[in-house]
Amino acid sequence: MTQERTEDRLLQKALVGVGRLFFTLFVPVTAFFIFFKIFIFLRDGNAPQLVMTLIAIVWGVGGVAALYFLGYWLISKLSGKWNKSLLPYLFVGPALVILAWYLFIPTLRSLYLSFFNDTSMEFVGLANFLYCFTDEDMLISYRNNLIWLIVGTSFASGFGLLIAILADRSKFEKISKILIFLPMAISFVGAGVIWRFVYEYKPAGEDQIGLLNAIYTAFGGTPQAWLMIQPWNTVFLVFIMVWMWTGYAMVIYSAAIKGVPVSLIEAGRVDGAGEIRIIAAITIPYIKGTIIAVSTTILIITLKIFDIVYTMTGGLFDTDVVASMQYKQMFAQHDFGMGSAIAVLLFIAIIPVMYLNLRQFGQQEGFK
Amino acid sequence: MAGVRLEKIEKTYPNGFKAVHGIDLDIRDGEFMVLVGPSGCAKSTTLRMVAGLEEISGGKVLIGDRLVNDVEPKDRDIAMVFQNYALYPHMTVYKNMSWVLKLKKKPADEIDRRVRQAADILGLTDMLDRKPKQLSGGQMQRVAVGRAIVRSPKVFLFDEPLSNLDAKLRVQMRVEISRLHTKLKNTMIYVTHDQVEAMTMGDRICVMELGRIKQVDTPTNLYRYPANTFVAGFIGSPSMNIVSARLNFDGDTCYVDSQNLHLRIPDDIGKKVRQYDGKAIYFGIRPEHIHARETNPEAADNFFNMEVSVVENMGNEVYLYFTPGNSQYIARIDPDIPVRSGDSHEMWLDTNYIHLFDGETKENLIYKPKTQ
Repeated sequence: MTQERTEDRLLQKALVGVGRLFFTLFVPVTAFFIFFKIFIFLRDGNAPQLVMTLIAIVWGVGGVAALYFLGYWLISKLSGKWNKSLLPYLFVGPALVILAWYLFIPTLRSLYLSFFNDTSMEFVGLANFLYCFTDEDMLISYRNNLIWLIVGTSFASGFGLLIAILADRSKFEKISKILIFLPMAISFVGAGVIWRFVYEYKPAGEDQIGLLNAIYTAFGGTPQAWLMIQPWNTVFLVFIMVWMWTGYAMVIYSAAIKGVPVSLIEAGRVDGAGEIRIIAAITIPYIKGTIIAVSTTILIITLKIFDIVYTMTGGLFDTDVVASMQYKQMFAQHDFGMGSAIAVLLFIAIIPVMYLNLRQFGQQEGFK
Repeated sequence: MAGVRLEKIEKTYPNGFKAVHGIDLDIRDGEFMVLVGPSGCAKSTTLRMVAGLEEISGGKVLIGDRLVNDVEPKDRDIAMVFQNYALYPHMTVYKNMSWVLKLKKKPADEIDRRVRQAADILGLTDMLDRKPKQLSGGQMQRVAVGRAIVRSPKVFLFDEPLSNLDAKLRVQMRVEISRLHTKLKNTMIYVTHDQVEAMTMGDRICVMELGRIKQVDTPTNLYRYPANTFVAGFIGSPSMNIVSARLNFDGDTCYVDSQNLHLRIPDDIGKKVRQYDGKAIYFGIRPEHIHARETNPEAADNFFNMEVSVVENMGNEVYLYFTPGNSQYIARIDPDIPVRSGDSHEMWLDTNYIHLFDGETKENLIYKPKTQ
């Protein structure tokens, strides 16, 4: 009797196990089947567009949510150890896959293409790179990028710091900070349009509609075609970026300055330091980490700068930068090899700055 | 070196809040003066006005004989030690201490000599190359003190310098600062909310409440002759028992009657309060003057017999809490006397040490405190 019972129980257990396994497989398979059917329907169906749109939204958003829930449900069936080690990948995984698809693979592909000719058919070795380092236009673009780097970063970061320090002691802190931060809300292209008017040139004798020329002629100068004067035209372009990014630097510096303990400043005052000395010897060293983080961030932006040059001059009058050269090679000349080679160079140039930047942000987290 | 004199000092904030109400305080040359009081009593504000970090709304501050109301902090010849140490985080200990001398453009060899001397006094010689981050709280506080020492100022200002330290370190630093004062003999003004620090360190103590001075005197006099119920309650731990009562005279004998007690007051005290017959007063008695009956079997009056609600054993002494009705008495007795909570115990009050305070002004009726 007892033996029969044990056998019965074993059989029961086995059946339950098989049932469970079947169920755990059945749910995801059915789910995927449904998703696929809807996908086919969306692709080939011919319901009214509104209906299709609604179904697509529900399918897209609901599908992603359902996938997460399903994944979570499946993982929660596993034992505690597996559960813990797999769960993070469920949530990070999709993002990693998408990043790899759109970022990592294209990078490798660019590297690969940079060793081939314009049609990507013939291996040319380092010829593209050789050209990059000898061509005069390319050399000018390096020079320009260097101007962007040095002038852009130092002025945006410097003005930001100066304004943050001044605003901290001003009654009009809020309004002045809002005004200076405002350009951040404009795209580079939008800023380009605005600044074209600032730099606008009309021959002498005509009304100067450009702000800069209007001021310049009011003081007795003859109108200048600012964007044609080399190499200053690049500096004029850089100031558009400075105008936009000073606000960013200022906001971050301002927050950092507010974090300097008041007693430190007071100790400095009792010790006999003047206000400028206090800023130089206490405030700035205290926010050094923030200064590095902000400056490297702006450095990366100037390295990649493209939009302003493209919208303002299109690279004429020797204002090209590396990124605009790449664009030209890739999409105007259709030289994929050359375009990729320039992209690779730019990428390599950014790596050390990026490293510095990330390390600084990491350290700041670590301080807290 | 120099004394510090505050004359009718006032502080009114822009929003109209008056923090300091016309304080007069005369700090003698070489004196260790402690400003003590609960938070919000404006002791720090007062100190910061002496330092020049807070604008003075009214009155005069004199350091030595010089009026310093409009003098910059750096030109007042003071040094300040802050609660959170305020060490410059990017400078080494040496630089933290030497910076002030460098700003004064002292010659390099003199700077070095003075920094090393200060480091020697404070036991910081091995740490001169370290950054503040690598120091413990006590070491940081020592550097902060060192930074004050090197400039050999006329006046040292301490703003709750020990409140960020743990209890043990606090006791140690307390002794060190006292020793430093004995050695340097500078005028020191020390702000704290801790009455133990005040009692142990101060030559004189200035007790403050809500922007007013309640009493200025030596620790002993503050303890023995508190000018009012505030000082009586603030100085001493556990606090003095203060109870509202009524004075009654039976012939020439004075009695204090409260809800639970009927106390006979010694005649020499009674004489001083004759005119308060029948009036509402507060009486105060320190916990150590409430004894267990056993210690004085001959006493004829001033007993009470109440239930002990809590017994706190400190090892060297025992605190008994009696909570009749909504009042509370604390007694401090010998640990050898066996008492358990819940028991009733007969206690005896030594009325030779009683304090009587006016029912309205809360001023002491027996002792007229010395004016400073």
